[in-house]
Amino acid sequence: MRALRLIAARLAAAVPTVALVSLGTFLLLEVAPGDAADAYLAQTGGDAGFAGALRERLGLTGTTPERLLRYYTGLLQGDLGTSAVFSRPVFAVILERLPTSLLLMGSAVAFAAVLGSLLGLLAGARPRGWRDQAITVVTLGLLAMPNFWLALLLVLWFGVRLAWFPISGLQSLGVPKEGLAAALDVARHLVLPTIALGAGYLALYARTLRAGMVEAWRADHVRAARARGLTRRRVVWRAVARPALLPVVVLLGQQAGTLFGGSVVVESAFGIPGLGRLAYEAVAGRDTLLLAGIVLAGTVMVILANLLVDLVLVRLDPRIGAAGA
Amino acid sequence: MLEGALRFARTWEGALGLLLLILGAAVALLAPLLVPGDPLEIAGRPLTQPLANPALPLGTDRLGRNILAGLLYGARSTLATAGAVALMALALGAAVGTLAGYVGGIVDEALMRVADAIQTVPAFVLALALVSVLGPSQTTVVLALAAGAWTAPARVVRAQVLSLKSRAFVEASRLFGRSPVAVAFDVVLPNALGPLIALAAVIVANAILLEAALAFLGLGDPNAASWGAMIAEGRTVLRTAPHVIVAPGLAVMVTVLAVSLLGEGLSRALEVSE
Repeated sequence: MRALRLIAARLAAAVPTVALVSLGTFLLLEVAPGDAADAYLAQTGGDAGFAGALRERLGLTGTTPERLLRYYTGLLQGDLGTSAVFSRPVFAVILERLPTSLLLMGSAVAFAAVLGSLLGLLAGARPRGWRDQAITVVTLGLLAMPNFWLALLLVLWFGVRLAWFPISGLQSLGVPKEGLAAALDVARHLVLPTIALGAGYLALYARTLRAGMVEAWRADHVRAARARGLTRRRVVWRAVARPALLPVVVLLGQQAGTLFGGSVVVESAFGIPGLGRLAYEAVAGRDTLLLAGIVLAGTVMVILANLLVDLVLVRLDPRIGAAGA
Repeated sequence: MLEGALRFARTWEGALGLLLLILGAAVALLAPLLVPGDPLEIAGRPLTQPLANPALPLGTDRLGRNILAGLLYGARSTLATAGAVALMALALGAAVGTLAGYVGGIVDEALMRVADAIQTVPAFVLALALVSVLGPSQTTVVLALAAGAWTAPARVVRAQVLSLKSRAFVEASRLFGRSPVAVAFDVVLPNALGPLIALAAVIVANAILLEAALAFLGLGDPNAASWGAMIAEGRTVLRTAPHVIVAPGLAVMVTVLAVSLLGEGLSRALEVSE
């Protein structure tokens, strides 16, 4: 019941956001030099006489308010226009690329959350110890590292020098398209991109968890537990680490947008045919309609990711959402 | 104030970050003296290895351009771009936050919904779309990055305005006939300064990384030396000449690290003084 109310509240709050962002993408299309008809003709060729008929067909005629109205009606029907580069509906192209990106982003988050929490736990178990200091230096470095540069270094070292992992694409030629062999092949292709995309978040999670644990060590109930003679190890588990995990979950939602942004660069660096790589292809092909569609898709993804995180938080902490969220 | 500065210098993060940044800024300013000539011109044989030629200590790239020159001039464009982004984002954020907090009502509601929307759009994708439509140049890159960065300062200033609005000393200065704008500058801004400085460091660090990523994808100013573009350029010769990408990547990393350390030192110094 609490979860349902939360979903309703979040979706209601998302309406103005999506309306404003789509107004923004509409303005983007209006400001762009040349319209969808020009982009289409540039790709396919055709004379100026055809342009008029094409504009009519693509709904590009009329005044700005008329076009805006048509844009919104189209959006409500799931019509994001036709991609000039692919000559197919934008919506279909995006849906086709989405699973690959979700797979990459999911594995990057899993990698970052598991390893980052482990490092954070190690650092926070004994603040200011040598492990803590070492982990602080490493995580600061990882946070400052551009992910596309890390991608190239990984390619150079683990792909070219050691030849442990494939460096581009998602599938090898000659490997069956289904079954365990195919899954293993995809997994091998995903190792380096996952590290490149996840490294920064790993550092962020580790630092957040550590900061939460440092805070928790100062809490009265933890000091009392220590005073009662409980071992350090038991206190770490029971009273310090668990409450510090909540901010890490919150972080998953907050970073959904930057994760998608990172996937644009990492997918381009590794040639992975996902949504991020699609954004690059849209820029390279001057396909503004496709780009606008990707901006909208990214926005909806961030909203859904945050909803998911909220639902998890409600389960983890009974106090959240009790007051109507 | 002086006490705060002393406390800041005593945090190792702040001192190290400041030192690195001063070094970077000095190198950026002195670039024309250290490596005369256009950094985008051919300076020697293509793909000269580092240390092979004393005149080209970091070697050359695929087109024979001096990597050291690219590095130094890249520091100029990177620091100028990131600084401009932070200034714009803070100014716009302060203006929006003050307006929303003071006027309240429907204006506040509308401005905050816009901020929500901008914070929901992935910042890099927003910048990618804006630069791609407006055409890549240093100005459009700054505008595109600032467009996604003003929301956090706006929220900080708005919260500060809301919490101060009804305090006695603010009311008093209003009763003395000061205009709301003057009150905003005299009272609200000094109080919000601490969190804003910490935010500025985050904005600068992010702007450096995003600018490099845009340039990596070919959306940087084609007429300026840029670390991201140097890395993109080195990608094609990754197997044979990895030195081309190592130097600019390290430069990005050290600069971002310096800014983050500086920000951390500042916020720790301010934390204690409060």
